[in-house]
Amino acid sequence: MRYHPHTKSEREAMLARIGVASIDALFADIPADKRLEGLLDLPHGLSEMAVERQLGALAARNVVAGSVPFFCGAGAYRHYVPASVDHLIQRSEFLTSYTPYQPEIAQGTLQYLFEFQTQVAALTGMEVANASMYDGSTAAAEAVLMAHRLTRRSKAVLSGGLHPHYAEAIRTLTAMAGEEASLMPADLRAEEDILAEIDNDTSCVVVQSPDVFGNLRDLRPIAARAHEKGALLIAVFTEVMALGLIEPPGAMGADIVVGEGQSLGNGLNFGGPYVGLMATRQNFIRQMPGRLCGETVDAEGRRGFVLTLSTREQHIRRDKATSNICTNSGLCALAFTIHMSLLGAKGLRQLALVNHARASALAEQLRKVAGVEVINKSFFNEFAVRLKGSASEIVETLAESRVLAGVPYARLAPQAGLDDILLVAVTETTTDADAEALIAALQGALPC
Amino acid sequence: MLNNQGRPTHAGTAQPSARTFTGNRALMMEEALIFETGRLDVTGVDIEPPAAFTPSLGGLERRAPLDLPGLSEPETMRHYVRLSQKNFSIDAGLYPLGSCTMKHNPRLNEKMARLPGFADIHPLQPVSTVPGALALLAQLGHWLTTMTGMAAVSLVPKAGAHGELCGMMAIKAAIAARGEAATRRVVLVPDSAHGTNPATAALIGFEVRAVPARADGTVDPASVAALMGPDVAAIMLTNPNTCGIFERDIVAIAAIIHEGGGYFYCDGANFNAIVGKTRTGDLGVDAMHINLHKTFSTPHGGGGPGSGPVVLSERLAAFAPVPFVRKSATGLDLVEHAEGQSFGRMSAFHGQMGMFVRALSYMLSHGADGLREASEDAVLNANYVRVCLNDVMSSPFGERPCMHEVLFDDEWLKGSGVTTLDFAKAMIDEGYHPMTMYFPLVVHGAMLIEPTESESLAALDLFIMTLRDLAFSAKRGETGRFTDAPHLAQRRRLDETRAARTPKLRWTPPEVAKAAE
Repeated sequence: MRYHPHTKSEREAMLARIGVASIDALFADIPADKRLEGLLDLPHGLSEMAVERQLGALAARNVVAGSVPFFCGAGAYRHYVPASVDHLIQRSEFLTSYTPYQPEIAQGTLQYLFEFQTQVAALTGMEVANASMYDGSTAAAEAVLMAHRLTRRSKAVLSGGLHPHYAEAIRTLTAMAGEEASLMPADLRAEEDILAEIDNDTSCVVVQSPDVFGNLRDLRPIAARAHEKGALLIAVFTEVMALGLIEPPGAMGADIVVGEGQSLGNGLNFGGPYVGLMATRQNFIRQMPGRLCGETVDAEGRRGFVLTLSTREQHIRRDKATSNICTNSGLCALAFTIHMSLLGAKGLRQLALVNHARASALAEQLRKVAGVEVINKSFFNEFAVRLKGSASEIVETLAESRVLAGVPYARLAPQAGLDDILLVAVTETTTDADAEALIAALQGALPC
Repeated sequence: MLNNQGRPTHAGTAQPSARTFTGNRALMMEEALIFETGRLDVTGVDIEPPAAFTPSLGGLERRAPLDLPGLSEPETMRHYVRLSQKNFSIDAGLYPLGSCTMKHNPRLNEKMARLPGFADIHPLQPVSTVPGALALLAQLGHWLTTMTGMAAVSLVPKAGAHGELCGMMAIKAAIAARGEAATRRVVLVPDSAHGTNPATAALIGFEVRAVPARADGTVDPASVAALMGPDVAAIMLTNPNTCGIFERDIVAIAAIIHEGGGYFYCDGANFNAIVGKTRTGDLGVDAMHINLHKTFSTPHGGGGPGSGPVVLSERLAAFAPVPFVRKSATGLDLVEHAEGQSFGRMSAFHGQMGMFVRALSYMLSHGADGLREASEDAVLNANYVRVCLNDVMSSPFGERPCMHEVLFDDEWLKGSGVTTLDFAKAMIDEGYHPMTMYFPLVVHGAMLIEPTESESLAALDLFIMTLRDLAFSAKRGETGRFTDAPHLAQRRRLDETRAARTPKLRWTPPEVAKAAE
């Protein structure tokens, strides 16, 4: 086996030094009737070339997003990742190191986490951010529990514009924790009266902007009502690039901001691994889950970084911890930070503008197609359209001619009664030819 | 996993070993934060500005300033390459972190995960366009259930702790389905458990009750029997346990739990010791997470992303979360919405696909023969280190074989003026990453060493000689080598008390920071 250095004679010499006759003597604590005598019923090991052939054959059966006109979003976005990003995250010292618990020999990881926290705080308009969560949906679920700890209340209100996967992740966790999260009906046009749902028992109200249908939401009145009732506003986003162009939740009164950071530095990867972002107010940090990196000095007085406030965490506090979370999404956070460092505020704004411009152009074209109604008054790079017919069926039909038209809302929430709604996402990677292909395919598939 | 027992140090008391104009020490470079070197009008990405158009932002254009500087590409490369050089890594040296399994990360796996057919597919593109992805999920599931002898697997969890949460939520759902949600509220957890176990149980409303360990570090079925009752939902037991020992009475413990109406959750963090040697399902386990980043060597990445699939027994299979892949007459179906007894959804999309590809690549490379050899070599290496050090260091549980990791305590350091932490920090000066320290909590001054199967005999011998040299040095009273260590690393000991007392969690411009003071 190419990954195992020992020769047969070395193994024998080591067993002799240990003082046992065979390797099985070291497994003697396994009950005799539970030991496997032969090999597992699985194939023998393969050479690199043979593994590549097998996995290559599986990969070849999938339709690659970059090979077709492609408009899927709904929480995962196809952006161009600069070549230097993927090169840098494969540096051995980043790729093959552990969590930076020994800060003297982990300043590389710690410093980029400090940079990451600073970037996330700036983007969201908040005071502090943590060193990342698993993804946006789990960050949202953790944020609700955090709000419950902060307010000592246990009733969350979830907007109908929240991504259904996020709402389900929140509701699963809160239900298991014996807490409540009530979900408002799907809110296609951002018209819901969420203010009426906030009362004196409400711990937090969870609102997404851009919402799952792409609508941009003014969070200020919601924050005002929430604060008036002693509740917190949790703002959610699934497309971090929007923050280059739209007012950040922190500037609109949000208390906790969570979202998906995949769009910066990270590919689609069929849904993971991604990088969850979480930011909040300075005075809430002791109830924040996840790792935090802080600045300090070493014994020679030089600046250095350490993981800090670990008395919140499971390895110190055990059953009294703020969360059971242990790992973060380190390498994905690094990809995010490198991409953000390359862009800077100037590049991010330009890139966001290109996304919005391309989406606006496509929306304009779609408005002219018979059988297509563009729902949104406002959007960033994704919007909802109502099709004449089942969106799922039309998407399937278009996929047969290798156009991936978007995500039918019914794929996320089959019970919502919005079978004719399609979510269409456009990024800098979408070309004019892609847009034309979509229009032509839709015209072919829709009844006139 | 590692306990963070850094002692406070005093800023500015140590003398620098060398002074240079730049602060650099040859290849050890000082590197500013990007916020100190970047400029607001710089970007390292060329973007064609769009033609004039009418925005549809609903009056919500960004007005808040965004003070994030940019860097050109060469500046970016140099910055992050220099940062990388401040990190220890498996590729650079032996990384004996017990319980963390820092084994070699094959680069083939990186290459496979980057095939566009895996890396550039969307989680919500039509299912008909991703048959290869579903086949990969099914194949990984087949390997995991075959290795463990379990009925089903959920690939959803995003890390080990998330896997624990998944398994315990399945148990909670199963108990609720029996109508016992109000009565079965206690989870038994041994004192030696990872902190994630009690944290997970508490997170979903269970009450944690501690199980004491026997003198040999294992759990006594009699202690479990004494604690078992109609109020107990489950036990969470790590096997092999965190002392590096196989729980030899595991079958009896499982029987006690099952007879009392409870479920057996096994923390699979140490599964890498027993792959191909025994099957979890044969031992009576109902749920176990498998850290793909440990046993199947997906890179740790400086703290994630991980991946923590959970294998489930027949009794729990129906409670698994969505989504999952199911065999049907026509091939494979993707089930995305909860049906029947499934406890629902715990995160967006399908799990850590990028990690699945790497893990399957590792499995295919090893095969049944290579996987067993990996477990055997891991155990062989740990025992080799044990016998070569046990005359100078002390073992809490006497001289008995260990599994994939060997545990020492600090009894042998008594009176030397050197602590476990000091000893570990001195290892840094010798070019090694410290072992896991002060964990498990049940052993005083614990030092948990896991060499993994990736180390050659020559590498192990040098490591052993180094630790022996350090041990003799400590016993001779050469405390200077330890109490100020590390002397030669990028940084000396960091002031962790100051970091926690006055948290500084982001960069602020000097003028803003000054005004705030």
